Amino acid sequence: MDARNGEIEDVSRHDDLGIGVRALVGSSWGFYAVPDLSDAAATTAGERAAEIAAASAMVPGRPTELLATEVAQGSWANTVDVDPLGVPLSEKGDLLVAATSAMREHGADIAEGIYQIWDTTKWFVSSEGHRIDQHVRECGAGISSTVIGDGETQVRSYPSRRGQYGTNGWENVTRLDLLGNAARIADESKALLSAPSCPVGETTLILGSEQLALQIHESVGHAIELDRILGWEAAFAGTSWLDLDQLGSLRYGSELMNITIDPTIPGALGSFGYDDEGTPATPRDAVRNGTWVGVLAGRDSASVAGIDYGGSVRSDGWARLPMVRMTNVGLEPGPHTFEEIVAGTDDGIYMETNRSWSIDDKRLNFQFGCEIAYEVRNGALGRMLKNPTYTGIGPQFWQSMDMLSSEIVPWGTPNCGKGQPGQVGHTGHPAAPARFRNVRVGVRA
Amino acid sequence: MRVRELTDLAATVVELIGNAEPNADVEVTTDRTEQALTRFANSAIHQNVADESAGIRLRLHLDGRTITLSSSTASTGDELSGFVDRALHTVRSGPADPGWPGVAPASALPPPGDAPLVGAAAERAAVVRAFVDAAGGLETAGYCRTTRSERAFANSAGHAAAAAFGSSAFDGIARRDGSDGVARVETDTIGEVDGHALGARATAKAIASANAVELPAGRYPVLLEPTAVADLVSMLVVYGFNGKAVTQRQSFAEVGTAQFDASITLVDDAPSLGITFDADGTPTARRVLVDAGTTAAVTHDRRTAAESSTFSTGHSLGGGSTGGVALHAGISPGASTGPVPDDIPELVDPAAGSLLASIDRAILVSDLWYTRVLDPKSLVVTGLTRNGVWLIENGEITAPVKNFRFTQAYPAALAPGAVHQVGPIAVGIPEGWIPARWTVPALHLASWNFTGGASG
Repeated sequence: MDARNGEIEDVSRHDDLGIGVRALVGSSWGFYAVPDLSDAAATTAGERAAEIAAASAMVPGRPTELLATEVAQGSWANTVDVDPLGVPLSEKGDLLVAATSAMREHGADIAEGIYQIWDTTKWFVSSEGHRIDQHVRECGAGISSTVIGDGETQVRSYPSRRGQYGTNGWENVTRLDLLGNAARIADESKALLSAPSCPVGETTLILGSEQLALQIHESVGHAIELDRILGWEAAFAGTSWLDLDQLGSLRYGSELMNITIDPTIPGALGSFGYDDEGTPATPRDAVRNGTWVGVLAGRDSASVAGIDYGGSVRSDGWARLPMVRMTNVGLEPGPHTFEEIVAGTDDGIYMETNRSWSIDDKRLNFQFGCEIAYEVRNGALGRMLKNPTYTGIGPQFWQSMDMLSSEIVPWGTPNCGKGQPGQVGHTGHPAAPARFRNVRVGVRA
Repeated sequence: MRVRELTDLAATVVELIGNAEPNADVEVTTDRTEQALTRFANSAIHQNVADESAGIRLRLHLDGRTITLSSSTASTGDELSGFVDRALHTVRSGPADPGWPGVAPASALPPPGDAPLVGAAAERAAVVRAFVDAAGGLETAGYCRTTRSERAFANSAGHAAAAAFGSSAFDGIARRDGSDGVARVETDTIGEVDGHALGARATAKAIASANAVELPAGRYPVLLEPTAVADLVSMLVVYGFNGKAVTQRQSFAEVGTAQFDASITLVDDAPSLGITFDADGTPTARRVLVDAGTTAAVTHDRRTAAESSTFSTGHSLGGGSTGGVALHAGISPGASTGPVPDDIPELVDPAAGSLLASIDRAILVSDLWYTRVLDPKSLVVTGLTRNGVWLIENGEITAPVKNFRFTQAYPAALAPGAVHQVGPIAVGIPEGWIPARWTVPALHLASWNFTGGASG
């Protein structure tokens, strides 16, 4: 449901059902999907998948092997306190209408609200004997206030522009307290119009946890995807600056940087019981004390790379080929609090809430824009700043992290794009406020 | 399910709703799409996929409330009845929709054309084989895609329409020592995709990128190949010419104002691709959005048109909050100055070749990557160059250049006086994420704001 300026703009619901079959022949996967679960359609899908895979022999590579794993049979479902599809539409509509109305009353030119719900039941069956069923329910919501100035727009959103999402029920939306934050973000968006611009230069940068979650997603999560490292995504999503020869020894960041790949976190958006090739969810280290130690892998890529685990292969539905995707990739808690980080900073800038993101095809050079920033002077937050941006190179940036909060939030990203045809992934990113030194800020046209 | 069945299904749903609720406004779209995509990397096909999708989308407005339901399974019998019943039940508990614009009036539309078939996996593999062979041993990666869609529409005003359309696309890179070269094209049929020529150009780019130099940040004139120009068009139509953005004062576009160089004419032409109606059922038409530099029109669906007291331009994407977007837009090519010279370096897209000789100094850009909007009003965009960058001096390519990061206001790059040359050949370029085709020439622009080298 989308709401704008106190009215519901769109209510839509989509149901689909189908079967997708992947078949490995030689060096290539063949995949065929049909929106039909009849025996005949399933048989056809299997035959077509094998035919398509065989046609790849015109441009062959080395035969692909799958990492040997234990054949799993099981069930999994995430915990839901309040079934999100059971909450009346009128109640949901009232919430978004009230929140967007409140923002309008506080000066928003465009007040928007959204919630999204996914309810997915899937069965995974393999010729090796896997028999797995899963029921995954996800939901979340968010609001934003946009104000129009002279040749510019300013926006504030809560809890982020995309909202906050998780593998849980409507309780996730309720605890956000959208209405309780509506007036504040509208006021902040208006104030941004008259705020000074983020200065240009190099400074100490403190990031809020939502922005750091996206920084992790873009400059760590994608970089450690094994299919990218192997060149399988070179033409579109890109490759990675990481070289497998350095796995276990490369200095990725400072000693404070501990990043895990953990699809078992209750309620986080990237959680599941089994991935989409039947590997049970298992936590792993990606970066330990600043050293790169792990990747996101599947059974085929792991086999090629000589790695002994998969577990991070998913598709965005029955109609798409499963591929390496992030699960929950995020930071372990640090030793500080946000208050301590600010108090310990004499001169810097605090930025929060992502507004734009861009990173190169090797996942090195990034530039992010945030919705709002504040000067930090002598251990306290100062003036509000608008149009904050920062840019850098991944490993240099992460090595400059010298303070990290313990206040972890498992941010959910419901719009991770990858693959051809394109797939939208749901990923989780535990993150907390952190401080980085000597960061270039204030890049503008 | 073919067009006739899709048409019948759409009419049946309208009738079922009408029987239950004669006062309801109803729109039904039914569609069937076949897509096949052959993906290669490390010079071998590694992911070869195809799928069939079929669906029905119902938008129902009753007693001041609107809901949209879609399904991939409701086509006959109990499933269809259940789908209709769920819609009738759901709409009664839905929120009020005071902005409902009503359904499109009945109008005559041409019958569906002949859309190309998706073809066999072997056809796509043959194009990939030609690309890989042309690379002469360089590592290659990319995809070859064919797609075919049939779509029907019916509403409670008695409006009905059907269309069939399809396309082929190829996007490939050749790689050497960390340098990539690209060739990308979208055509109506796979027979128009010349895998060998594309492979030769991508390879030439990759080879000529060796030992690239880093240039200082700053403003440079640029020669953007069509693969890069496509990004400008996509941003302009989504953020600038989107009528909803204009109504909300989030767009730079001002109809009647000379906001672009006189050499720029921007046209959206869905009918030329066989797409004769939009998701609201509104007929599409060739629309001039920029006429010789002057902003001439913006795009609307029925809802945003009603909010602006104007008419729908046939650009509905099917509900949601996006607004009307021109997904088949292009910049009209410039005047031809004769055949492309024979001595154009192979790395240069032929669409840009004839512009090269007259350029004193500029950066040749093959591709733009990961572009994101910093402010929609000014349409300031940040992103990176990719897949081949060179310095042009005195009409010749003199050095490969390392990738840049840029932060650039796109309308300003095309502003009056900012466009030196518009190439004489427009090329179809596929969009990565949405079913769009941009038909674009090369552009020689006076200034582009490179804010730093991509290496930091």
